Amino acid sequence: MSQAVEAVRFPETAALHRNQVRAILALELRKNLFGWPALVIYLLACLPVLAMCGYVLVALLVRDARSTLGVDNAGAFGQFYSAWVFRFSVRFVAFFGCVAVFTNLFRGEIAERSLHYYLLAPLRREVLAVGKYLAGVLTTGTVFTGATVVSYLLLYVPSPRLFESHFLGGPGLSHLAAYAGITWLACLGYGAVFMLVGLVVKNPVIPAAFVFLWEGINAFLPALLQKVSIIHYLYALSPVPLAVGPLALIGEPISAWVAVPGLLLVCAALLGASALMVRRIEIRYGSD
Amino acid sequence: MDWKPEQLIVFDDVSKFYGEVLGVNKVKLSIPPGITSLVGPNGSGKTTMMNLMTGLLAPTRGTVACLGLDVGRPEEFFRRVGYCTQWDSFPRGLTGRQFVRGYLRVHGHGLRDADALALAAVARVGMTEAMDRRIAAYSKGMRQRIKLAQAIAHRPAIMILDEPLNGLDPMARAEVIDLFKQLAAEGLHVIISSHILHEVDLISDRVILLNQGYVIAEGDIRGVRTEIHGHPMQILVRCDRPAALASALFAQDHVVEVRVHDDRRGLLISTRDAESFYLLLNRIVVEHGLTVESVAPADQDVHAVYSYLVGTEGEGP
Repeated sequence: MSQAVEAVRFPETAALHRNQVRAILALELRKNLFGWPALVIYLLACLPVLAMCGYVLVALLVRDARSTLGVDNAGAFGQFYSAWVFRFSVRFVAFFGCVAVFTNLFRGEIAERSLHYYLLAPLRREVLAVGKYLAGVLTTGTVFTGATVVSYLLLYVPSPRLFESHFLGGPGLSHLAAYAGITWLACLGYGAVFMLVGLVVKNPVIPAAFVFLWEGINAFLPALLQKVSIIHYLYALSPVPLAVGPLALIGEPISAWVAVPGLLLVCAALLGASALMVRRIEIRYGSD
Repeated sequence: MDWKPEQLIVFDDVSKFYGEVLGVNKVKLSIPPGITSLVGPNGSGKTTMMNLMTGLLAPTRGTVACLGLDVGRPEEFFRRVGYCTQWDSFPRGLTGRQFVRGYLRVHGHGLRDADALALAAVARVGMTEAMDRRIAAYSKGMRQRIKLAQAIAHRPAIMILDEPLNGLDPMARAEVIDLFKQLAAEGLHVIISSHILHEVDLISDRVILLNQGYVIAEGDIRGVRTEIHGHPMQILVRCDRPAALASALFAQDHVVEVRVHDDRRGLLISTRDAESFYLLLNRIVVEHGLTVESVAPADQDVHAVYSYLVGTEGEGP
């Protein structure tokens, strides 16, 4: 039997790791997208879409709402959607979606007593951490970016003329691409944070509440502390500057060329810390 | 037989503590190829030993090496090691085939290789017909067999099986025991834990007896029994005139007790010196013209040895 396995040729290390990450993605995406726990992220993704449907209905059906809401005005449209994305889609929907998905990447499998199947494979634990992280990013990124795109397009429903001038003939499409990118990057960033949280603590509620608060007060923190967050880098990518209020401390603005690599660097550092934690995992499952 | 370190599973002064709680303590063992059974009641440290062998647990003290490989290098280590754990749990939503194939792909196999290996493993445990059904719909015995298929699918050199016969019906047990014997005959290390002692007797080349985290005896079961001097050996002799044999034996110092068997066609003899008894028996048979049907040790099994060593009865048949 052992002779037979020696006859099987495995690819060189880098290609082997790629194959293994692909195999982990296949197993994880099935769980993340089709299992019953996926219901949480689908419900969260429905929230901005349903809320936007309500907004559109009000604009269409309530007298004078059109002018009050400014649905025909490109400037008001931009301001409204920027606030919508940052205050709701990213800071609430994607944030809690990432809490649900990423804290359970390892913790969920420990609770279900199935993590050992991975740990008994000829697989570096760092590769396992990367594979699971990418599966989480693909899951949340796809679902929540989909919600961002749909809610953005719904906003044009009350005003077909604005759709023509702003979306087809103006900056609307590039703004949509920017918001989609922001949502993806939010999933990347919050995913890295909450994968680490899920590996460090059993109950993520308190850390999640702390991070939620920290992200919420980011604009009011000193410039140095603002950098220790995800939302700080995302603000810099907004196609329409977000009004953060009179009490906000204005730090030095950062360009997209700094924000994206900065965020990726933060994610890489967090992922590295997660990989170290994964290396130290012991399987106990509470029975011996 | 002299074994090289790369042929052995070696525990070098290994201890494992869960906080204040002892898992195993000061284990020093070398396990050669063949079927080795870890025997002990629940909580004796069997699963801890297996988890230490496979790196699912890190030892608090000491080192474990399997075939000279370090668990810190999983790419090499887990190509040679398969572990069928006692946990009756699976990733959600998979069929038997997807389960076995999916983890073979995590090993790095391409789709075609993974499929071929999965099919072979599933066939080997007799699950071909059910392999495309969801695991959630499997019976306990089917789940046990698909786990076994997953553990042997990559064709390891060491198979570690934690309570592998749990949940199997008698027919399936016989088939799986045959499979273990085949694997051992192919030169594999097969490490089995069980608390069902008569099954251990059926399949083991050697046993490791555990109690409360300590190895209390190890080796070939007859050898272990011979070393237990506190309990006289029991020998069952079936013959045509048990009364005549009994009267001849009573005069001997080393014979502690002679009891007539329930069917009155044999004697259960307790002796402190088995070798002298066998020599004596030959002489008595010739002198009295007895017809002997069988002579067999009555307590040279794991069950008896374990109860002598630990003072409690293991789980019987």
